[in-house]
Amino acid sequence: MPGKLKVKIVAGRHLPVMDRASDLTDAFVEVGARSCPSKHRERQVDDEDLQDEPLQITVLDHDTYSANDAIGKVYIDIDPLLYSEAATVISGWFPIYDTIHGIRGEINVVVKVDLFNDLNRFRQSSCGVKFFCTTSIPKCYRAVIIHGFVEELVVNEDPEYQWIDRIRTPRASNEARQRLISLMSGELQRKIGLKVLEMRGNAVVGYLQCFDLEGESGLVVRAIGTACTLDKLSSPATFLPACSSPSKDMKESPLVHPPSHGCRSTHNSPIHTTTGSRLTQNFSVSVPTLIYTGMGSGSAGKEGGPFKALLRQQTQSALEQREFPFFTLTAFPPGFLVHVGGVVSARSVKLLDRIHNPAFVGIMGNTRSYKLLDWNSFNSDEPETRDAWWAEIRQEIKSHAKALGCHAVVGYSESTSICEEVCILSASGTAAVLNPRFLQDGTVEGCLEQRLEENLPTGCGFCHIPYDELNMPFPAHLTYCYNCRKQKVPDVLFTTIDLPTDATVIGKGCLIQARLCRLKKKAQAEANATAISNLLPFMEYEVHTQLMNKLKLKGMNALFGLRIQITVGENMLMGLASATGVYLAALPTPGGIQIAGKTPNDGSYEQHISHMQKKINDTIAKNKELYEINPPEISEEIIGSPIPEPRQRSRLLRSQSESSDEVTELDLSHGKKDAFVLEIDDTDAMEDVHSLLTDVPPPSGFYSCNTEIMPGINNWTSEIQMFTSVRVIRLSSLNLTNQALNKNFNDLCENLLKSLYFKLRSMIPCCLCHVNFTVSLPEDELIQVTVTAVAITFDKNQALQTTKTHVEKSLQRASTDNEELLQFPLELCSDSLPSHPFPPAKEHLESASSNSGIPAAQRDRCSSWIELIKLKAQTIRRGSIKTTVTVEKASPMGEGNFRNRSAPPCANSTVGVVKMTPLSFIPGAKITKYLGIINMFFIRETTSLREEGGVSGFLHAFIAEVFAMVRAHVAALGGNAVVSYIMKQCVFMENPNKNQAQCLINVSGDAVVFVRESDLEVVPTQQPAANCHPSCTEGEVTT
Amino acid sequence: MTSELDIFVGNTTLIDEDVYRLWLDGYSVSDAVALRVRSGILEQTGATAAVLQSDTMDHYRTFHMLERLLHAPPKLLHQLIFQIPPSRQALLIERYYAFDEAFVREVLGKKLSKGTKKDLDDISTKTGITLKSCRRQFDNFKRVFKVVEEMRGSLVDNIQQHFLLSDRLARDYAAIVFFANNRFETGKKKLQYLSFGDFAFCAELMIQNWTLGAVGEAPTDPDSQMDDMDMDLDKEFLQDLKELKVLVADKDLLDLHKSLVCTALRGKLGVFSEMEANFKNLSRGLVNVAAKLTHNKDVRDLFVDLVEKFVEPCRSDHWPLNDVRLFLNQYSASVHSLDGFRHQALWDRYMGTLRGCLLRLYHD
Repeated sequence: MPGKLKVKIVAGRHLPVMDRASDLTDAFVEVGARSCPSKHRERQVDDEDLQDEPLQITVLDHDTYSANDAIGKVYIDIDPLLYSEAATVISGWFPIYDTIHGIRGEINVVVKVDLFNDLNRFRQSSCGVKFFCTTSIPKCYRAVIIHGFVEELVVNEDPEYQWIDRIRTPRASNEARQRLISLMSGELQRKIGLKVLEMRGNAVVGYLQCFDLEGESGLVVRAIGTACTLDKLSSPATFLPACSSPSKDMKESPLVHPPSHGCRSTHNSPIHTTTGSRLTQNFSVSVPTLIYTGMGSGSAGKEGGPFKALLRQQTQSALEQREFPFFTLTAFPPGFLVHVGGVVSARSVKLLDRIHNPAFVGIMGNTRSYKLLDWNSFNSDEPETRDAWWAEIRQEIKSHAKALGCHAVVGYSESTSICEEVCILSASGTAAVLNPRFLQDGTVEGCLEQRLEENLPTGCGFCHIPYDELNMPFPAHLTYCYNCRKQKVPDVLFTTIDLPTDATVIGKGCLIQARLCRLKKKAQAEANATAISNLLPFMEYEVHTQLMNKLKLKGMNALFGLRIQITVGENMLMGLASATGVYLAALPTPGGIQIAGKTPNDGSYEQHISHMQKKINDTIAKNKELYEINPPEISEEIIGSPIPEPRQRSRLLRSQSESSDEVTELDLSHGKKDAFVLEIDDTDAMEDVHSLLTDVPPPSGFYSCNTEIMPGINNWTSEIQMFTSVRVIRLSSLNLTNQALNKNFNDLCENLLKSLYFKLRSMIPCCLCHVNFTVSLPEDELIQVTVTAVAITFDKNQALQTTKTHVEKSLQRASTDNEELLQFPLELCSDSLPSHPFPPAKEHLESASSNSGIPAAQRDRCSSWIELIKLKAQTIRRGSIKTTVTVEKASPMGEGNFRNRSAPPCANSTVGVVKMTPLSFIPGAKITKYLGIINMFFIRETTSLREEGGVSGFLHAFIAEVFAMVRAHVAALGGNAVVSYIMKQCVFMENPNKNQAQCLINVSGDAVVFVRESDLEVVPTQQPAANCHPSCTEGEVTT
Repeated sequence: MTSELDIFVGNTTLIDEDVYRLWLDGYSVSDAVALRVRSGILEQTGATAAVLQSDTMDHYRTFHMLERLLHAPPKLLHQLIFQIPPSRQALLIERYYAFDEAFVREVLGKKLSKGTKKDLDDISTKTGITLKSCRRQFDNFKRVFKVVEEMRGSLVDNIQQHFLLSDRLARDYAAIVFFANNRFETGKKKLQYLSFGDFAFCAELMIQNWTLGAVGEAPTDPDSQMDDMDMDLDKEFLQDLKELKVLVADKDLLDLHKSLVCTALRGKLGVFSEMEANFKNLSRGLVNVAAKLTHNKDVRDLFVDLVEKFVEPCRSDHWPLNDVRLFLNQYSASVHSLDGFRHQALWDRYMGTLRGCLLRLYHD
């Protein structure tokens, strides 16, 4: 679909002074969708190009005698304008960004796209497929079908490593890189969109796009996601992809199965009950659904066997045609997830360099089996190679899931760690059995009546083992479910997904981290890869043991959101596992930790051991109290005695699928029945025990987790604070030992957490949610840890009344604010500020300032006079502002007009508040509209590091600028929040000797419009006020 | 293990008021950390000194980045880099432009030039305010001065619009700017007992009554070349003040004036006899001050003169404040009954303001 892109440059402000002599800037802009600026006022653009390429606005300073100086650029992703239901216009102030100087002023731009819908649609573009970073079904949509895994990768040469880089300026090089990456991600997105259309989906959920900076060998942009057919909840019409023909059939085809079949009584979620009526196109014959009777109350455990077989059969048929039955989702519609098997992960070590040997030794991480790969040494840039690598890993994951009796993998993610020419590819997910009702259809013969019975046990079904009890894939310790007493459950459960909403949890959860460093000799190529792959299984094992120990120490029995990151450096490997521990009511109470000494005769040693034991027992008791874990006592007879298999192993199945791994040989048990035994036989174990006890619990009033929501807290208040914290430490290079390294790393993480607790103390009681740690090893002795999380306040007293009054108050405030806002003449605000960002801000600061103890009167005074001033300020004469803006090339006709008005028309509207959160929701608010995906990549470089405040000053400013640019884009789309925000990459390099530093940041998220729940009655639906008023008809460029 | 880099960036910029104050007061990071430790924050929160250090560094960095914007507060409102709730923005601005009484007393009425800036070292040692803080305050004065210097219209309004200050603070700045512009001497030993508030009060009265802007309808005339209406004293008015000299030069007028005042105040004043004895001296002093205001030099010495010629004599006779008020009221009102005196309006414009100032200046 060709289209017409309209770009209007409205105004500029805060521009830097470019001409020292006159203190002036003769600014003009160049607008282009290609790398070359548009010379013509009209240019035909295909929407394929529109999708791939961002709009590029370059602001320059006109020099008569020398070359024009660049002030900076604005890249605007116009993708959101290409969906029919997202934003219709992009309008607002954009920071002008320069890779050397950072943000230099702002420019007000209005962008519109008119697509010619009447023309023949062709498939090369994938207009209409919506992308979501959110790893659950977006809030205002309903999943009709969840199709499954989509992946794609694009490879290119890295401009930084091209020969031309030797002669061009750093700015040119950075811009080339930024442009290339946004081009590649556009292409990637388009390709994935096509795949989705092929699958007859209309959306990608859980879209995760990553960059691998492979250095010499290139730049890989890869993405994974879950294709879905989504249906907007509010609109009655089913939204179907623009090019899928069956949309017509849908309307005509009679509903084969009536919407209920007892469905309605089964599911209390509206999502499900309505499904039946709309599942037209795909569930044409009948709905393949399972009989759930066997599961729950009715049948005993034995019946589980045949049932499972049935289930398997069902799901298999649905999933079999799929190459990879993977889902990047971490939260699911109710009923989707039937059983969870456990975590499956696979790693593989690869060499990136171009070796001229046709056969390449690919080393699989944990199996230590050397596989020969077809490797064309000159084709390292071919996506096929990378595709093959990933395919291999995914195959492994699939087989692991199978071994666990599961057909699908949920909460699936992929990552890489690159150091020089060695690359570790990792994939992990949670093996699961899914309800095929949501999966692809058509092919599944509807052989069963839809008989979803009421008796699905609530909150424990997913814990029940999916595998055969007699034929367990690994030694495990099974008991009958503590909830329904009918099915077997494992003693601990590790998963990568979020806690299912219906799960019964006792007490609160907490963040559990395992941290580990291992030194490695510096080596080259294959030797290096071999060394790494030899270390990996040990690391995995140790990380796992640590997780287990810490989980026990917390008195909990399940981990959610588990993410194990292995980072490779020149001379060390780092492992960091983060997860949220909870106590699942369905799982047995975890045993304590028993310490056993090796030399029992030594008296003092014995004493030491018992002292240690006491300390551990105390800690467990304290933790149970802290996290309010007090499960009801259940007598042994009811449960049945545990299966006498004392060996404790979690559900983490590692890649050692082929051989029996050495882990099983390390039998830690001493025949104790339900205690986890730690044997102190060497210093390592001693250190382990110590490290167990060094983790300090967060101060009172603080909770932390790495999942979306904190189990056990549900009375969130509206204050949120998203933040990014980065720390880099330099290790003293003197004879580092593993222990010292571990301690340093541990301290680094603990101190970082402590700092966060301290900084956010004014928000108490609050919870740090979605705590996401990323470790990288930029240099020999440097460890970099990046944390992004959101702090959300909650109401400790659960007092409903207080929240109500609070809501009422904010409501009043909101209305008065709106009134005040209305006093601004509307024509002055071309900023198109929706008025609603005010109330949240107000409320936010209200509570913030009340926490910090400003007397209320003072606060009121402050806010009232600043309003007053704002009003007054409209009359300011601008004679003293010397930087004038002129639009030249873009707007020959509007020029004079523009000069006359040296002041931007909306100089006095304050900036609207844009919230950012890594979560998929905003507490106390309802997301009413998704405006499209935000996916931005920035490079910042400096050659005056000291002058910019050193590395900290440099990075601090850069991250603040990245936030600002994200916010500006969201605001321009008419949104007021970014959800599922993630900083996927933060690559920082410094060279203090040369006074230089460079940083690359890649962020993404979903731009949304939200409405406070308290405002819902007042403002029914917040339409983004996207008004570009007719008075400013300056430069209009039609490309 | 040494920390190379340590930053925290929130989507909403975190502002710690206590740290902001320490930063404004010009403490170095290490001093600020020491002061925070002393405040007992570690015990309250269970944090470690390292945490405090990192937190302080973070805040200092943020403030450093914000400082550029604080130099032009409207920029702070419109910038996109830091998301700060409006009330916090107001607080940042207000605190940044707040000044120390001790400091302002030192520079009040001085030319805001490089020369004065060089003396900041001395002021810093004298007042105990860190040099950094002195510089900030001085630069604030200078910046506000530069911006509003050439501007027409109400001084307070101009300051408020361009610096988004609260009404109170904008008034204070108006006084500072007014004093700096007219270079009133405030540093003499005799004047040391006066607070900034006293001077600010006088400045406000003078701006209201003695400047061009005070004439009222004049600003509506677009062709009038009366720039800086609130900054400069009305030259014409100062010239006219010479006419008042007749009040003391003409012996009959002076005697009549005295008798009118004495008749009215008899029995009402505790210090009647002293007043009666001093009347001529006081009146001469007040009128001579007016007559001398044509010379810039004498304008600068206005406050010195007022204290010398009026405040000190009264104080040495232990006049209570109320008696001073009664006297001044009567003194200025009685002139209306002097038939031979033709400059009633001029007298009121002069005396109305002077009365207010003197009453404010009259204390220990």
